[in-house]
Amino acid sequence: MSVMTLTPIEKKPLSFALPVIGAAGAFAGLFVGTSHGSGLMGIVVGAVALMALGFVALQVLGLSMEKPVRWGIIALFTIAGVLLAGVPGFVLGVLFGWFFAFFIYWIGEGRYRANLAPYLTGGQVLWHYSFRVLCGAIFVFLITPILVVMPLSFNAENFFTFTPEMLRFDPAGYSLKHYEDFFTSSGWQQALRNSLAIAPVATLLSVSFGTLAAIGLSSEHVPFRRAIMAILISPMIVPLIISAAGMYFFYSRIGLQGTYMGVVLAHAALGIPFVIITVTATLVGFDRSLTRAAANMGADPVTTFFRVQMPLILPGVISGGLFAFITSFDEVVVVLFVGSANQQTLPWRMFTGLREQISPTILAVATILVAISIVLLATLEMLRRRSERLRGMSPG
Amino acid sequence: MKLTKTLLATTALTVAAGASATAQEMADSMTLVSWGGAYQESQQKAYVEPYLANNPGVSATWDESSAEAVAKLRAMNEAGNVTWDLVDVVASDAMRLCDEGLAMELDHDEVLAAAPDGTDASDDFGDLIVSDCFVPQIVYSTTFGYRTDMVPEGTEPPSSICDVFDLETYPGKRSLQKRPIDNMEWALYCDGVAKDEIYDVLGTDEGVDRALAKLDTIKDQVVWWSAGAETPQLLADGEVFLGSTYNGRLFSAIAEQDQPIGMMWDMQSFDLDGWIVPAGLPEDRLARVMDFLKFATDTQRLADQAAYISYGPARESSAPLVGKHAELGIEMAPHMPTDPANATNVHIYDYEWWADNRDDLDAKFQAWLAQ
Repeated sequence: MSVMTLTPIEKKPLSFALPVIGAAGAFAGLFVGTSHGSGLMGIVVGAVALMALGFVALQVLGLSMEKPVRWGIIALFTIAGVLLAGVPGFVLGVLFGWFFAFFIYWIGEGRYRANLAPYLTGGQVLWHYSFRVLCGAIFVFLITPILVVMPLSFNAENFFTFTPEMLRFDPAGYSLKHYEDFFTSSGWQQALRNSLAIAPVATLLSVSFGTLAAIGLSSEHVPFRRAIMAILISPMIVPLIISAAGMYFFYSRIGLQGTYMGVVLAHAALGIPFVIITVTATLVGFDRSLTRAAANMGADPVTTFFRVQMPLILPGVISGGLFAFITSFDEVVVVLFVGSANQQTLPWRMFTGLREQISPTILAVATILVAISIVLLATLEMLRRRSERLRGMSPG
Repeated sequence: MKLTKTLLATTALTVAAGASATAQEMADSMTLVSWGGAYQESQQKAYVEPYLANNPGVSATWDESSAEAVAKLRAMNEAGNVTWDLVDVVASDAMRLCDEGLAMELDHDEVLAAAPDGTDASDDFGDLIVSDCFVPQIVYSTTFGYRTDMVPEGTEPPSSICDVFDLETYPGKRSLQKRPIDNMEWALYCDGVAKDEIYDVLGTDEGVDRALAKLDTIKDQVVWWSAGAETPQLLADGEVFLGSTYNGRLFSAIAEQDQPIGMMWDMQSFDLDGWIVPAGLPEDRLARVMDFLKFATDTQRLADQAAYISYGPARESSAPLVGKHAELGIEMAPHMPTDPANATNVHIYDYEWWADNRDDLDAKFQAWLAQ
C-alpha cells in the first residue's frame, strides 16, 4: 500500500509530544479511574503512565525499535486490563494498547502532518483533527443506544442488565431465548403478521397516489400547485399526535376506526409525503421534451408514462416507497388511535411491552428491526447511486 | 303462484326466526383490556382459556391499554364507537369511569355467581365493591423490595417502612412511585403521625409541607418510577437498594427470576383491581360479556388466578382454595399480600379522600419534584 506523503515528516520535540500523549492518557485514565472509584486518580495515573511510556518509546528506544515496542505496549495494556477487569478488561486492554502504541509514534514522529498540506499552521492542523474527533464523537453518540441494544438482546435473564456472566463473556450469560420467545409467542407473531399485512399495502397506496400527485404537481399548468403540495405533505409536518387524534374521530364517524382498511389508509396518508418529495426531486432532472417526443411519435399518455417517464424516475419512486414502508412499519402513534386490538402492529406491541413489562424480547425485536432497516437503507443508497449515474447519462 | 306464496311465506318465517335468534344470541368475539405482562397472562390462563374451551367458536382479543383506559374510553364515547367489551382497571379509575357514566352500573348479586355455599356475590366480595360499576378481581399491594446483597454488613435487613427514610443505616438509592399517593402517607407515618390521623394531617397545608419535608430528606437518593416494571429492573441492576412496586412484580423477580431480592411488607398499601363493562354496548356483545364476567369472577376462577400470580383473590370464598404456583409448585398463600403474616401492619389508602384531593396534591407534588 502506498500512502502519498504531502509533507515531509520530522520528529517532534519531547516537550510537545509528551504533554499531548499525557493528555490522551489522562483522558483514557478518567474513564478507567471513574469505573474504579476515583476519576482524579485515573487522570493522574493515566497521564504519568502514558508520558513514561512515550518517553521510553520515543527517546530511550527510538524509531528503530518501533515494531517490538508497539507489541510491548499492547501486551502491557492487555495485562493491565486483565488485572483490572478480567476478560472484558482483556478486550479493552488490547484495543487501548493498539491505539496508544499507534498514537505515541503518530504524535512523537510527527506523522500526523504527513497527509496535510505543508503550509497549514499548527492551529489548522489541530482543527483538522479536532473536527474529525468531534464528528466521530457525534457518530458514537447517535449510534451507541442502538449498539447497546444488540448484545443485551442475547441476555439470558429477563432484565435489561449486563449480567456479570455477560461481562465475563461466559456463554452461560447469553441465550437466544428472547428470539425464541419472539418467534414462538402467538402475540408477537400476530403483531408481525399485522405489520406485514399493513405496511406493503399502505406502501402500495402511498407510491401510487404519491407518484401521480408528484407528476401532476410538477407540470406548470396546475393551479394552486404550492397550496396543494403543502396540504399533501402536511402529515409530515403536523405533529403526529394531532393527525392521529383527528383521524381517530373522523374514522370513527365513517366506520373505519378499528378496521384493517382504516390503518392502511392512515399509514398511506403518512407515507404519501415521502413519495411526493422523492419523486418531485427526481422529476427536476427529468427532461420534459422526452414525453413530447414520445407523444410526437404516437404514444398515448399512459404508454408514455410507463415506457418513458416511469423507468427514468423509478429510483425516486422506489426510495419514496421504502420510506413509506419504514414509516408504516415503525409507526406507533397513529395505529394506537386508528387501530383496535386486532390490528396490533410490532411497534404497538413493543410500546405496550416496554411500558408494562420490561422484557428483553423487545430488544430482540428491536435488533431484528434494526437489521431490516439497515438492509432497506442500504438498498436505498444503492438506488440513489444508480439514479445519479442515470441522470449523468440522461440528456439535459 | 302458489309456489311463490309458499316461498315468500317461508322466507318471511326464516327472517323472523333469524331476527329473534340474533336478539338472544351472543357476539362471538370479545375485546378484553388489561395490563399486559404476567398479570394478563394469569387472567388468560385462569379464566379466558377455560372459558374459550367451554365456548368453542368464541374468540378473545387482548388490548394492553388499561394504563390509559380512562382517556381512551372518554375518546371512544365521544366518537360514539366503543370497541372494548370488558376493561380491567384499578379501583380509583373504576370510580371515575362510573361517575362519568362511561362504565355500566351493575347489580352484583344478579350478574355475578354466588359463592359455593350460596352466599350472595355482594357479601362474598364485601367491602371490596367500592363502586356500583366495579367487579373486583384481586387485592394487590404496593410494597417494598430490597437487594439482600446490598444490606450493609452487620445490620439487620430493613423491616420497617421508616427504614426507607433512614439513609444512615441503609444508604443507597431508593425507587418510589412518581405520585403523591402512598408516598405522602408513608412520610407522615415515619414523621411520627399515628396511622389513623394521617388523612387528617394530610388535609392541612402544614401536613402537606410536613410530608414533603420528610420526603426532602431522601429526595436526592430517590429514583422515581412510573411503570410497575421499573423497580424490579432497577433492583436487578443494583441501581437501587430498595424500591416500591406491586407485590406481584417482586414475587416474579424473586421466585421466577431468582434475583437476590427480599420483601418488606411493613405498611404495604392495599389496592384493588377489577373489571368494568363500558356503557352503551350493543345487546349481543353485552350478553357475551356478561356471560364471561359471571364465569371469570366465580370463586374457583379467582382462586385459580392465584396459581399464576401472587395477588389475593377478591372473593372471601376463594381464599381457602388458593393452592400452589402452577409451574414452580410453591405454596402461594404466604406470598399473598393478604396473608396474616404479611398483613401485620398495612396501610389502607382512602379512595374518597384521594378522589377529593388528588388534583391539588398532584400539583403540589409535581412542584416539589421540580424544585
